Amino acid sequence: MEDFKPFFTNPFASPIDAIPLLSEDLFWDKVILAVNEEQFRVLSLFSASLKQTWQIWIVLGNDATGLIKVGRFRVVDNAYTSRTELLSCIHLFEREIYEQSGILPRNHPWLKPVRSPHQSACSQMDFYSIEGEDIHEVAVGPVHAGIIEPGHFRFQCYGEKVGHLEISLGYQHRGVEKALLGMPKANHLKQVEALCGDSTTAHSTCYAQNMEALTGIKISEKEALIRAILLELERIANHVGDIGALSGDVAFLTTASYCGKLRGNILNLTAQITGNRFGRGGICIGGTRYDIDYALAQTLKTQLKALQPKIMGAIELFFRSPSVLDRLEKTGIIPQEWVMAYGFTGLVAKASNCLRDVRTSYPYGSYIDRDLKTSLEKSGDVFARAKVRKEEILICFELVQTLLKELEMIAHVQIQKQQNTALPAEYFSFSMSEGWRGGVAHTIITDDKGDIQRYKVVDPSFFNWTALSLAMRDGQISDFPLCNKSFNLSYCGFDL
Amino acid sequence: MNIFWQYALIFAVFIALSLLNMGIITKVKAFFGGRKGAPVLQKLYDIIKLWQKDITLSTTTSWIFFAGPFLSVLVPLIAFAMVPFGSVHALISFEGDFILFLYLFALLRFFTVASALDTGSSFEGMGGAREITFSVLIEPILFVCFIILAKISNSLALENLFGIHSFTSWTHDSTVLTIVVFSLFVVMLAENSRVPFDDPNTHLELTMVHEVMVLDHSGPLLGLITLGSALKLTLFALLISHLLLPLHTDIFWLDLVLSAFVSMGVVACVGICESLIARLRIVAIKNILLGTFVIALFGIIMITRQSL
Repeated sequence: MEDFKPFFTNPFASPIDAIPLLSEDLFWDKVILAVNEEQFRVLSLFSASLKQTWQIWIVLGNDATGLIKVGRFRVVDNAYTSRTELLSCIHLFEREIYEQSGILPRNHPWLKPVRSPHQSACSQMDFYSIEGEDIHEVAVGPVHAGIIEPGHFRFQCYGEKVGHLEISLGYQHRGVEKALLGMPKANHLKQVEALCGDSTTAHSTCYAQNMEALTGIKISEKEALIRAILLELERIANHVGDIGALSGDVAFLTTASYCGKLRGNILNLTAQITGNRFGRGGICIGGTRYDIDYALAQTLKTQLKALQPKIMGAIELFFRSPSVLDRLEKTGIIPQEWVMAYGFTGLVAKASNCLRDVRTSYPYGSYIDRDLKTSLEKSGDVFARAKVRKEEILICFELVQTLLKELEMIAHVQIQKQQNTALPAEYFSFSMSEGWRGGVAHTIITDDKGDIQRYKVVDPSFFNWTALSLAMRDGQISDFPLCNKSFNLSYCGFDL
Repeated sequence: MNIFWQYALIFAVFIALSLLNMGIITKVKAFFGGRKGAPVLQKLYDIIKLWQKDITLSTTTSWIFFAGPFLSVLVPLIAFAMVPFGSVHALISFEGDFILFLYLFALLRFFTVASALDTGSSFEGMGGAREITFSVLIEPILFVCFIILAKISNSLALENLFGIHSFTSWTHDSTVLTIVVFSLFVVMLAENSRVPFDDPNTHLELTMVHEVMVLDHSGPLLGLITLGSALKLTLFALLISHLLLPLHTDIFWLDLVLSAFVSMGVVACVGICESLIARLRIVAIKNILLGTFVIALFGIIMITRQSL
């Protein structure tokens, strides 16, 4: 019997023909079986137009075994039956497919545009509302009071209590996926780096890995190490910044101001390597653009050693204050069942005792055969999400020291930039990396000329915005900013 | 000194002290945050800046929208005339004037909330609802405190309630006075929207209590509100400093400076409080206020039992 094609590595590339084309019903039966029975989760689900026909592709991953399965089916009559009611985790993917290609998921319960309301033919445009005399609606955004990205939040409230929150995004939709089509160009990497500015390294690693898988480039051990160092520095900087921001939201002054400063210090380390505080330009196809020599590795090590106690001190103060803990605990709870049902990923999943980490499940580059420590929390509340960040900062400090030590051994090796951007025709490739929010997944499909026919990006924010809206149910509206900050999701990573 | 000039001086000192006190809070908080902090007179610069700006008005607003800001300056000034400062007696004083004092602030609150509702914004309605809820809990605490002080000083005029509590009243009723000082301090934090009850520095509309009600006020109107909240804070700090200062030297200048310094100390305590504790959940605020009320009530029981 026809089945999905399994893959065992991350990243991987395969000719399109090797991936069996199933019938619609068989496809969905396999998906539902894999997700409900075999502990797979949906990593990516998208439509692609191949040889003038629409196909729907799915990438499933098993976090326990590291197995990835790919399947596809041909869409007939520009429609198929929606499976959202059987499989909650694909609700947003089905809406996205409809918006991007016009393929109708029949009987979708909430077929609303994902990103561009004014350009779409979607029927459902209204916000979900609760009826009742005492219910009041609060609309926040898209223009906010702080310097943050635009997004609209619609609360249905009963007094201070939130009944429902609907989040409407897409204000930053700029068509990145479309901009990456065609012949690979030098500016594509720049586009990918700006997919989500605070996860520059995660996204550019993902892009580079895909290109390398397609062209058969193997990067050296040293380049893999530098990539990992950049990625972990990105993680530390963002986590430190987030704990500072959480502290600011509960008006706990000391940690807020110290973390703001210390985040800058970590960003400066990245700048010492790449010349940019956010690691832009650090990673290129076939390796890394900048080398770390022995002297720089030494400097980084000493500076990290000096920063660690300061950062941990500021964070410890935050976690030791009873008034702070009172705000964090039991606010915005995400139970483990929701993580399973809706496919939440990364940090949100880890805070609900569910290990979803690309580095351990689908190891790549320098993470292969590395005994990586991970942090898990059980309570799923704001506290758990803050605690996971704190633990990860500690783990990352250790990890970066180890990586730098390994790098010192091979510091004399010169990095070589291999450039070969001619892609094979009719190929499919998939790659993942673990950004600080969670797993980032990129997919490339090439056409018969070797041009990129479809580029699909899945940022962890795509899954996790739903988590925020569910976390607010029956919560206090005044806790929303705190709750929001504990997820700290990306708007531009979602809007693409 | 001419009595007129004396009071003119007192009012000038009060206004200057208010602006200075806001700066003291900023500096204390900056110290704990490891920062340099804004200049001490930043509030004054802000007010001058706001005064030069235009007013933007929502189309739904009426005259009520203006009443809030004007009263926010007027009420603390009138209330200040009812309390002594240093060795200078209150300008307005009569038996039972503390009730007028309390309800002047209730009047201010009414117009602040009304002017917030006048804008028709859903945020401001939410802030108004919160403000009223908390004020219901704050008012009895203040009443109880004033009753205790009335019992101690055997008078119903603020002049005497906050007059010199000589060494004897601190030696006799030290526990009760401590309770009163504590309760007044809590009320000061809550009434002036300070941490842990509210966060004057936040930009998050959904969490605000007082700040959200003045979101639509701009230019000179916002300047009035800024000045008004500074006056109100210092007025409360002065009340507490009267209780803390158990004697007067009867030298006009010395008493003035002493009172001002003690009130600065009280305000510095506000800054320390704000630096060391996080904001409460909105639902937890009522528990704290109720708890404070119970503590104050305990003070009444103690003071009445003594006289039996």
